[in-house]
Amino acid sequence: MSGSHETGWRGWLRRGWRILRRPARHWSLGFLTVGGFVAGIVFWGGFNTAVELTNTETFCIGCHEMRDNVYQELRRTVHYSNRSGVRATCPDCHVPHDWTDKIARKMQASKELWGKIFGSIDTREKFLAKRRELAEHEWARLKANDSLECRNCHDFRYMDYTQQSPRARERHSTALASGEKTCIDCHKGIAHELPDMAGVEGF
Amino acid sequence: MKRLHRSILAAVVLVGSAWALAQGALSWGIRGAVPVPETHPAPEWPRVEESATRRARDYPMQPPTIPHKIDNYQVDLNAHKCMSCHSRRRVEESGAPMVSVTHYMDRDGNFLAEVSPRRYFCTQCHVVQHLARPPVDNDFKDVGALITEAADRP
Ligand code: HEC
Ligand code: HEC
Ligand code: HEC
Ligand code: HEC
Ligand code: HEC
Repeated sequence: MSGSHETGWRGWLRRGWRILRRPARHWSLGFLTVGGFVAGIVFWGGFNTAVELTNTETFCIGCHEMRDNVYQELRRTVHYSNRSGVRATCPDCHVPHDWTDKIARKMQASKELWGKIFGSIDTREKFLAKRRELAEHEWARLKANDSLECRNCHDFRYMDYTQQSPRARERHSTALASGEKTCIDCHKGIAHELPDMAGVEGF
Repeated sequence: MKRLHRSILAAVVLVGSAWALAQGALSWGIRGAVPVPETHPAPEWPRVEESATRRARDYPMQPPTIPHKIDNYQVDLNAHKCMSCHSRRRVEESGAPMVSVTHYMDRDGNFLAEVSPRRYFCTQCHVVQHLARPPVDNDFKDVGALITEAADRP
């Protein structure tokens, strides 16, 4: 085959390459560079905005499973209302701050969203039936990252034992300080009601 | 004559109770000295005793008070937060006192493997100890004190 018969994908490639190599006739190189840069920012920003948008509590409790189940339970806990008025929202505990972790977690969360769309957890009963499994995912995740989301707010280095209750002081200064245990080992069910705990370590 | 006696008696009782009231000798109870149609200000919320020491018990069958907070502790079919520290298996790690053997007994005195259903809901018997001033005085004497008193009496 000679060069004149440029058909198929090779032809497309060659033609495309030629266009790319041709100097811009109407737009200056400067404009293209700046434009590309701006477009990049817009795209990147838009993507991140979309991510940020799904990162708010309003989004999380947009579907009624979350609003009627976990959100109502959260409202009764210290993480919703307390003397200092600092509260934790869903993404504070459930979405990693680190970008790659965040995207990875989103993909996983979409699975739970699919669960909703295909109707596998569209009632309280079905939610309760699935709860142990969902909770186990969260426990495993927090165990694997050494309770990172908890530590974003509660930094062990600044905990003052003398201000803590005797039970907290006793456990924090031993098992937590030595790294033998992490927050989620001892503080399950801190924000929601627990599923059937038969066989779970610590119960 | 009888009439006069009665009026005098009534007057004495009236003056007497007015005096007692003025002295604050009559107790208003928990309500405080606020007229019935009015709402009195809510008392301050007492803090929970957070203590690692045990209180003496007034009689051997007394359920000890709970010396720590139990806010939001889940006790239902799914999870028993209290037993995650107080059960036989958990005390080594938690450092909590184990529920006594009576909590594992059914009403016929058989020992069960898990906490007895009649002891499942702990707050039926155990209450959280608050650092509150008792609204009424209490002159309870335990049986030991009564025995010593009786022995000392001539
Ligand atoms: C957005 C910040 C934030 C995050 C994230 C967070 N917490 Fe908290 N946490 C708080 C605040 C605020 C309080 C209440 C402090 C007070 O007493 O005023 C609190 C209180 C607590 C308490 C005390 C409960 C009580 O009854 O006094 C525990 C235990 C606790 N958090 C554990 C956790 C665990 C475990 C995680 C991770 C799953 C976590 N927290 C994540 C902010 C946070
Ligand atoms: C070895 C078990 C254990 C670990 C690990 C642990 N805690 Fe605790 N923590 C306790 C106990 C027990 C209490 C007191 C009882 C309660 O509040 O449930 C407590 C109480 C608390 C309180 C309330 C403070 C007070 O004075 O009562 C906070 C806040 C808290 N923990 C946060 C954390 C955080 C954040 C982590 C991880 C960095 C963590 N804990 C890890 C056992 C643990
Ligand atoms: C203080 C941290 C915290 C906050 C705030 C929080 N969660 Fe959770 N969530 C957890 C933990 C820890 C688990 C693991 C199960 C457990 O221990 O209760 C969990 C579990 C879940 C589960 C799995 C099912 C279950 O109940 O175990 C869902 C769904 C969930 N959370 C959704 C939400 C939503 C929606 C919000 C906001 C309304 C929210 N969470 C706020 C800590 C938190
Ligand atoms: C995180 C572990 C933990 C949990 C959960 C817990 N306790 Fe305790 N409890 C203790 C410890 C430790 C003590 C010993 C005193 C102290 O250090 O505060 C204690 C003491 C007690 C005592 C006093 C015993 C005595 O002889 O004076 C009672 C009663 C009690 N707890 C009942 C309860 C009840 C009821 C619940 C559930 C609503 C509960 N506890 C949940 C750890 C726990
Ligand atoms: C029907 C009433 C009742 C219920 C319900 C009950 N207790 Fe008790 N508890 C008692 C009495 C009475 C005592 C003291 C005498 C004894 O040991 O039997 C006691 C003693 C205790 C002690 C001290 C044990 C010791 O050896 O010093 C602890 C701790 C305790 N209870 C925890 C609990 C917990 C946790 C629950 C819930 C699972 C619970 N109790 C449910 C009546 C009750």
